[in-house]
Amino acid sequence: MRPALHAEWTKLRTVAGPGWLMLGMIAATVALSAAAASVVTCAADGCGGDPTKLSLVGVVLGQAPAAVLGVLVISGEYGSGMIHTTLTAVPHRVTAFAAKAITLTGVVAAAATIAVLGSLLAGRLILSHHGFTAAPGRPALSLTLRATTGSILYLTLIGLLSLGIAAVVRNSATSIGVILGLLYLLPLLAQAIGDPHWQRRLEQFAPMSAGLTVQATTDLGSLPLSPWAGLGVTAGWAAAALVAGGLLIRTRDA
Amino acid sequence: MTAVTTAHPAGRRTTRDGFRQVLHAEWTKFRTVLGWVAGMGVATLLVVLVALLAGVSSDQKGSPPVPIGPGGEAVTDTCYFVHQPLAGDGSVTVAVSALDSSIPQGLGDLRPGVVPWAKAGLIVKESTRQGSPYAAIMITGGHGVRMQDNYVNDRAGLRGPVSAASVRWLRLDRSGDTITGYAGTDGTNWAEVGTARLSGLGSSVQVGLFVASPQVVDGMGTTGSVSTAAFGDLRLHGGWTGGEWTGELLGDHSPSFAGFPGNGSGSFTQSGGRFTVTGAGDIAPAVRETLPTGGTLNDILTTGTFAALIAVIVVGALFITTEYRKNLIHVTLAASPRRGRVLLAKAIVLGAVAFVAGLVGAVLAVPLGARLARANGVFIFPVTPWTEMRVALGTGALLATASILALCIGAIVRDSAAAVTSVIGAVVLPYLLIANPFMPASVANWLTRVTPVAAFAVQQTLVQYPQVASHYTPYQGYYPLVPWVGLAVLAGYAVAGLAVAAVVLHRRDA
Repeated sequence: MRPALHAEWTKLRTVAGPGWLMLGMIAATVALSAAAASVVTCAADGCGGDPTKLSLVGVVLGQAPAAVLGVLVISGEYGSGMIHTTLTAVPHRVTAFAAKAITLTGVVAAAATIAVLGSLLAGRLILSHHGFTAAPGRPALSLTLRATTGSILYLTLIGLLSLGIAAVVRNSATSIGVILGLLYLLPLLAQAIGDPHWQRRLEQFAPMSAGLTVQATTDLGSLPLSPWAGLGVTAGWAAAALVAGGLLIRTRDA
Repeated sequence: MTAVTTAHPAGRRTTRDGFRQVLHAEWTKFRTVLGWVAGMGVATLLVVLVALLAGVSSDQKGSPPVPIGPGGEAVTDTCYFVHQPLAGDGSVTVAVSALDSSIPQGLGDLRPGVVPWAKAGLIVKESTRQGSPYAAIMITGGHGVRMQDNYVNDRAGLRGPVSAASVRWLRLDRSGDTITGYAGTDGTNWAEVGTARLSGLGSSVQVGLFVASPQVVDGMGTTGSVSTAAFGDLRLHGGWTGGEWTGELLGDHSPSFAGFPGNGSGSFTQSGGRFTVTGAGDIAPAVRETLPTGGTLNDILTTGTFAALIAVIVVGALFITTEYRKNLIHVTLAASPRRGRVLLAKAIVLGAVAFVAGLVGAVLAVPLGARLARANGVFIFPVTPWTEMRVALGTGALLATASILALCIGAIVRDSAAAVTSVIGAVVLPYLLIANPFMPASVANWLTRVTPVAAFAVQQTLVQYPQVASHYTPYQGYYPLVPWVGLAVLAGYAVAGLAVAAVVLHRRDA
């Protein structure tokens, strides 16, 4: 396993793409969060909304580069034919795939930590200028902590979900289309649906809307799922995609 | 030398690498790759399936019927109406000395406020039936004297607000089907504000005073309002002779009427020729925000079109990047050395297929989705057959243009992942922002002017009315650009992409 991990890390480290993608993820997350925080204003009768969730809204955008990295880690190899070399070097295919998943987890989690903490800091600084300094505007530390770690985990899970999907689909363009559709389309579909019951079902099931419930720190009763259960749904998606990808890599001709 | 020339006659040579051959070659490539054809099929399917889902899942069963105006448009027809039936031709005059509005602040606490489109004045209405033809002259909260008729027509008269110091005199004359409105400041000198022709008006009509007070735009939402007007010297002239005045709230069960704020109610008091009338609601065309049971073709199509966009963007990018990956591009460019033509041929083939995919999707989705939605009680804002055709053709053009843009980006960056990510990003990000109901109208409208999502304007079926205050945002189905101009914004990006791709393809080693 260790040589496989080392090989994957070397592959990831020595091309420019992953580094740019992770920088893009950090920039996109922090930029959107800061923009959202600077747009909101407090009404006269108090600050509504959830300041922590608002400061982390950039994750919605930052997940796209994470997903693209997850796809490229494997489909890039199919595109260039590198996969033959990889599987010759590590004939036990599941090990090779697991090494990819572990390396990806480490890289995305590290970048996500910077992105999420950066967003939170930017949001705090901007929101305190908008009158969010009052006590009701500051949720309990444990809730903020859950939102923070949850967002980091969420971004990592999206990377893994993409890796799994790309292992099934193989073609990078199609994989990116599928994963971005899965992430962004389902919540929009929930909006298009008129029946509140169906709407809630879809929100409980879609990887993005379920997973991002972990960011909520106020008004927890109105969530479609409890925060950790929501992240669990995203984890379920990632696990299912990884298992399907692992099985297909094992059985299919490369 | 001559032998060579005769062996390859000039005519045959030109047909060999003529544009038709390039086009044919590209069409053959496209149709023989199962994944690309399937991708376009998926696009059509997504448009239809999402429309079906939106239709099936809508839930407005048992909602009250929406009043329809004389022009066939959805209207709101709620006001407090002090009226009596009057036969034949005649004239009515009144002096308005006050129009005061209240807006709830917090929980039902009414405070005085400005309601720009609060209305108080004289009205001639065919009957008290919802959506019946009318003509009215009125003083408004912030837009001076107006003459309005049949819900959609609006003309401006005397400017300035009304008060005890500046009383406004209003007059309506009926002569057959023609109603003429006048306004003045003293009751003797009258200036004509406008004329309305109400076709098919019977001999007896309802004539009287009305007060309406629409919702006001308040930050991200709207609040109901209530207004009270003071009238004096209500007089009938000409052939009209007065009877008893009766007051009633018209259209209090209308789906576009949210009720009186703070548990109030409409009322009127009379002493001699002086009247005090309190009312709410509006007599105006219905807008999306005031009609919660309403839906549009836009709602049925847009999400599915967005899904289909992702599919055609993937196919568009792959149509060229696959050639680079498989090195087929060398063969393609050897067969047709004029590279710009190859790009153009690809764009035409791809655009045509995507257009058909979108057109077929929309043609199937609109009637099916609308029918299911109507069966579930949703009121679909009426559209003309021309608008419906524009929506269908526009959906095809939208998909075609987006796929061509993806093709060009693919030709420029040569990498499918990068091309797909950047084009989807350019469409998805602004779309997500405008699809957010909490997005400020200014930001949303700016995004739908300059980014590729401007093209979604081609699916809009709603009309903005300056005389109705509402949030006219893309989320509500109102776009800042007219349909074809919106599409032209995306087309501009595609043309720029084509130009850059042609230059790059020409200059760079393949």
